[in-house]
Order: sequence, then structure tokens, then C-alpha cells
Amino acid sequence: MRQADPEGGNEMRARHVLPAVLLPLFLAGCASAPPGEVNDPYEAANRRVHAFNKGFDSNVVKPLTSHGGDDESNGESAMLLVTNVGGNLALPGKVVNGLLQGRPARAAQNAGRFIVNTTLGLGGLHDPAGQEFGLNEVDTDFGETLHVWGVPEGAYVELPLLGPSTQRDAVGKVVDLVIDPVYNIAGEPEVYYAFGLRVGSKAGERARFGDTVDSVLYDSADSYAQTRLLYLQHRRYELGMEGEAYDPYEDPYAD
Amino acid sequence: MTLTKTPMQTSSRRGFLGLLGAGAVLMAAPAWALNTDQARALVQQSLNEVYAVINSGRPPAQMYKDFEAIFARYADVDVIARSALGPKARQVSGQQFAAYKQAFQGYIGRKYGARFREFIGSRIEVTGARPMKSFFAVTSIAKLNGRAPMTVEWHVSDKSGQSKYFNIIIEGVNMLASERAEISAMLAANGGDIGALTAALQRAG
Repeated sequence: MRQADPEGGNEMRARHVLPAVLLPLFLAGCASAPPGEVNDPYEAANRRVHAFNKGFDSNVVKPLTSHGGDDESNGESAMLLVTNVGGNLALPGKVVNGLLQGRPARAAQNAGRFIVNTTLGLGGLHDPAGQEFGLNEVDTDFGETLHVWGVPEGAYVELPLLGPSTQRDAVGKVVDLVIDPVYNIAGEPEVYYAFGLRVGSKAGERARFGDTVDSVLYDSADSYAQTRLLYLQHRRYELGMEGEAYDPYEDPYAD
Repeated sequence: MTLTKTPMQTSSRRGFLGLLGAGAVLMAAPAWALNTDQARALVQQSLNEVYAVINSGRPPAQMYKDFEAIFARYADVDVIARSALGPKARQVSGQQFAAYKQAFQGYIGRKYGARFREFIGSRIEVTGARPMKSFFAVTSIAKLNGRAPMTVEWHVSDKSGQSKYFNIIIEGVNMLASERAEISAMLAANGGDIGALTAALQRAG
């Protein structure tokens, strides 16, 4: 990727990466919850962020991503295209992470997908890689890379605008921005377009999974607790770090 | 073979046809010990019924009642409701618990039933079953429109005296844990009062 950088600025960027990579070592000192449990020492602050995020969702994100009514084929397909292009632009970063995790097969699959969809799929507008070549995306990020490297999960945190996370995943998000080849290669205006598409892609997901998001955020007795539970369980499942299966017949009254 | 004993327990709920079915199953499995094939069949059968309701085109309110009936038939509502209530379940009377359980069952039917549109045109394939701890885990893949396939795991046990599922885990997110968090939040919002929680559940979902 470095050769492709016209300004040769990657040497500099690589040095910026280092402090971010070292940060998790400090986090490693933080206590991690045993599998299946929740480690949330910052709950009070997290709840304030959650209230802010919920307000942002109901006032900004939700109105923008739901077009009202069930028949919205035009808006939906435009949104799908943005989601596709944004998702395609996320692939090079996933290739890098696959390599950092020592999983070359997964990295190659994402690389192949990126090449096919960027060319035959017209910049990622369409998905011939998935539909015709069986090259589906292997989702990953630097948070997973840290997990593979043995960094513990850390505390649960809800980030402004970005939503539920853990200390490990929050660091991962920052590092992902820094190591993403797309942001490193793209010049001044393009980098903002790329970022905009990625944000649009997230908004597209909000629209597609709208009912799920709505039911968690607006129909739960405690949407903070539900968000935290769903995020942690799903994330641990993705990373293959699930705890023991729960058996209610052993003690149905347990806490 | 003890053909007389166990089918009687199931007859009240499943009726005559169910009795015949249970008898047929017993022929294959003398001791009525739940095995992987039976666990798998149970999940498949409940899925078939759920899809029959989804494709029935009936009004949503009627569908929610149908989903509730399926849930009551195939899931161990008692242990799920008890587990969702947590330590509080020890402090309530049998009558209070029964009322709460009934309300909980209706709430589940409405809450999860309300998502039925996402399942129109979808399919869920049962892919396998394996023993786990004291129960069985049945795995399936849900293929919903426009979404990557999702892994759905069902935990089936015969500890209640009947083979029923007591937990569903979708992509690692487990329903029992989610409902425990939800019910405990509702209980807290209702000042720890079981009657008020029951009334809230009758309105919720």
C-alpha cells in the first residue's frame, strides 16, 4: 500500500500509530469482567452519553433514515447504494486487520472482494463478488486485532455518536482511522468523500435495521441496560469469546 | 417399554393427535429421554407453525395470539418467566406468579410477534443438534431478506417433564438474558411490586 501513496506520507503516519498501539497496554491493567458478565464502572457517565445518543437518534438520525411509510423503494435503493459503496471502502482496512491478526485467508477474501467490487461492481455500487464469486465480507476491525493479540476487553463504554463499545474497541476505532489505507492514500477532498460515504453507510444500516434499533431504544424499560447487554453479547460472540451456556434449571432464581 | 406413563402427561396439552405422535416417538425412544433428533424435531415443528401463522395473512393482533399459543406449546414458559423475574420469584405467592406468568406469555407473543414482517419471505433452516450440559442445543440458520444469514441456537430441555425450549440465542444474543434485564428494569420501575409489574406486562409489547 505504501508505494501507492503519492506523497510518501505513510512513514509519518506509521509513527503516529505507535502511541495508539501502546495505549491498550495501559488498558490491559484495567480489570476485565469474567465471560458473560458486565464490567461497567463508568455507568453514570455512560448513561448520560446514552441519553445524548438517544436524543441524537430520535431528532437527527431517525428522521433522516426513515422515509415514512412502507413503500419507499426509491429512497431505499439509493440508501442501499450508499451502504454498498461505503462498505466497499471499508474493505482495505479489514484486509490490514486480517493480516495483523495473522489470518491471511480472511485478508485475501476481503482483498478479492474489494478488487472485484471496485472494478466489476463499479466502485462498490454493486456486489458481484458476493453474488457471483462467493466472496462475502469477513467483518473485522482493530478491536478484534487487539483481542487476537490478547488485550482484555476492558470496561464497557458508550461513546458519543458512535454508541456502545468497550475500552478495547474504542481504541480499535481510533487505530482503524489511522491505519485505513483508503484514508492514507486519498488526497484532500477525496478523504472527506470517503469518510462521508462511510458515515452514510452506517446511516444506511440504521435504516435497514430500523425496527430492531427502535425496539431496543424506544420500547425497552431500560434502553441503556438493553443496549449494553446486546452489544457485549454480540461482540463477544463475534470474537469467539462467549462464556458458558446459561442453564436456568440449575438455579432459576439466580441474580 | 413404559408406553402408558409419559404420553398421558402430554395429552392434555397436545390433544389426541399429539398423543399419537408422542406414542410414535416413544416407540423409537423407549425411555422418553430427549435426544438430538427429538430436540431437532421440536424446533422444526415450532418453526413450521410460526411460519404458517406468518403466511396466514391474518390481522396482526390475531397473529400475536397465535404466536403466544405456539410459545406456550413449545417453550418452557414457567422456567423462562421464573428466570426473567430473578430472585423476586422466591418472594411471590403461587397465585401472583401464575398471573405474572400469564401476562409475561402475552407480552412475549406481542413483543416478538410484532417483528413478523421481517420474516415474510424468509426461511430458517435447522442445521444440527448436539448435547450441551444437561440439555440440547439445536442450531439453525435464519435467512432474512437483505441481511447476512444469522445463526440462531435453541436450547431444549426435558427437565420440566416435557421437551421444550427455554432459550433462543441469535448471533450470540440470548433471549433469556435480555428478558431478565428487561423484566428487572420493569420491576424496578414499578417499585418492586409484582402486581404492578404484571399490569405493566399486560400493556407492554
